[in-house]
Amino acid sequence: MAVAALPPKRAPQKQNAWKAYSDWANEHRKWLFAAPAMIFVAVLIAFPLGWTLYLSLTDASGSVRAKSEFIGLENYADVLTDTDRFWPAVLRTFVFTAVALTVQLVLGMAIALLLWRPFKGEKWVRVAILLPLVATPVAVGMMWRLIFDPNIGFANQLLGFVGIGPQPWLSGQYSALPTVIFIDIWQWTPMVVIILLAGLTSLSDEPDEAARIDGATAWQRFRFITVPLLMPTIIVAILLRSIDALKTFDLLYATKGRGGGSFHEVETLNVYAYGLSFDYNDYGVSSTVLIIFFLIIVAVMFVLTRRRKEVQK
Amino acid sequence: MSLAEPRLIRAGSDRAALSGATTRRRKPFRTRAYKVFRAVALIVVVAAFIAPLVWMFLASLKTNVDIYDASKTLVFSPTTANYETVLGRNNYLSFVFNSFWVAFASTVLSLIIGIPAAYSMSRFAMRRSALVVLMARIIPGVSLLVPWYYVFSNLSMVGGYSVLILSHMFVALPLIVYILMSYYDSMPLELEEAARVDGLTHIGAFLKVTLPLSVGGIATASILAFIFSWNNFMFALVLSGADTKTLPVAIFNFVAYASIDWGGLMAASVVVTIPIMVIALFTQKYIVSGLTAGATKG
Repeated sequence: MAVAALPPKRAPQKQNAWKAYSDWANEHRKWLFAAPAMIFVAVLIAFPLGWTLYLSLTDASGSVRAKSEFIGLENYADVLTDTDRFWPAVLRTFVFTAVALTVQLVLGMAIALLLWRPFKGEKWVRVAILLPLVATPVAVGMMWRLIFDPNIGFANQLLGFVGIGPQPWLSGQYSALPTVIFIDIWQWTPMVVIILLAGLTSLSDEPDEAARIDGATAWQRFRFITVPLLMPTIIVAILLRSIDALKTFDLLYATKGRGGGSFHEVETLNVYAYGLSFDYNDYGVSSTVLIIFFLIIVAVMFVLTRRRKEVQK
Repeated sequence: MSLAEPRLIRAGSDRAALSGATTRRRKPFRTRAYKVFRAVALIVVVAAFIAPLVWMFLASLKTNVDIYDASKTLVFSPTTANYETVLGRNNYLSFVFNSFWVAFASTVLSLIIGIPAAYSMSRFAMRRSALVVLMARIIPGVSLLVPWYYVFSNLSMVGGYSVLILSHMFVALPLIVYILMSYYDSMPLELEEAARVDGLTHIGAFLKVTLPLSVGGIATASILAFIFSWNNFMFALVLSGADTKTLPVAIFNFVAYASIDWGGLMAASVVVTIPIMVIALFTQKYIVSGLTAGATKG
């Protein structure tokens, strides 16, 4: 800053053009460095969001290039009174996210505690836990489709061994949603494990030791010392997982296809909006759904980040 | 047992003091019952995560007749026929190339704009600006796809590589910025200041000192960006053409027919999963540190 305050007339004497550019670049490096990434994201987001907002006020449908009429808030009225597809999709989105997240947290915590203290073969267990996480979600969906196939799937063979009759799993109207939740749990619990394990490893030993000396049981120490100390990490895990769970698409589309199956049994907001856009080309309505979906996600993130700040205090 | 306890605690903390604060200071549990319980629990956990993948692999080596036969669950005569079908007839190798090229190019381009951005956002605490980039992670991809599709098809870019690479950068960039920001946050400023004293400019110090020192963080970010781009399905589903399909889309197209060729489908799934798992095996510590970036600091 002090350099910039000098009279500019003195600069050109010895300095060549390169030096001048370099000085300017150094001076403005804060924005020079950040700008390309920010512009890239802003252009790819701001314009589409604006357009989606505009489309949600029109009756655009058919081809992307088709003429459309401005119809005000009609789409919003239609969507918000649609108890046939929209509200069930909202409900499924929240059920999917809440159930998957809860189970992932409980299971993830249990597994993280198992892995917490050193043991032989630790590295291999970690690798095993990492594999579902990196496996391609579409391939994972296909894999579980075969395992859950009502006629030839391993899941029903297994049930046969213990004398339970075959279940429809993914193909049942009421069993499909629990089944995809199960698959999501299989794939993403490792993520929670890894995050919680990192948090556990960075915890200080002293409070736990103190409580042990005071005679606290293992459960008391876990409940009143480990969990509160781990709370910031737990919130991060919830934050990261809920962003992804709310938006789950590949798994649902790979296992059930268009419309979340013939009864829309796994149709979440994301799958519904995708279908409206690209399977039925109903752009006006789909944009409306997307704007509402976007507001929901922002609201959830807002609540979670506030909670996170409270925990940090 | 109870008499030995204080000594064990001390031994544990001594070891921890020797090996540094970052390693685990927890002493192992002592009771045999717990050890047995934990061994059993770990085996169950590992089996639960691995078995389905093994199942997929086994099915890819079976004929469709064997897949239907419950008695041939584990004992069967393996065949490579499915792989021959998938790799030979379905143009699969070109999809492998597409996936690789799109993931690679989008990762490299995201690094080029992401590294300086992460550095600047970390050093100057530009939290609001960082939020702009992280929006890309929060926003549902579908809400961008219709406008993108419209614009890019007007520019005759849909079906080409460039649009796929751009859309996958959208996945890679926020990851890279997020991971590297927490990496730079924990990097001491002193080295850079020393370089400044030695006469380097700010940008020179960044290029010659900070950048080489952040190779670990860059590796972590690139590996994760590559994996997420490789696995991405939705963008390629809409924006790819017949020649530029990526592997996840190619697999999905497998099931468009009335009866599913399960053996072929599983072989195709193995083909898409194997490269990414091999990468994961060799780079697991980077993946773990990337996924936990920022988690422990709260």
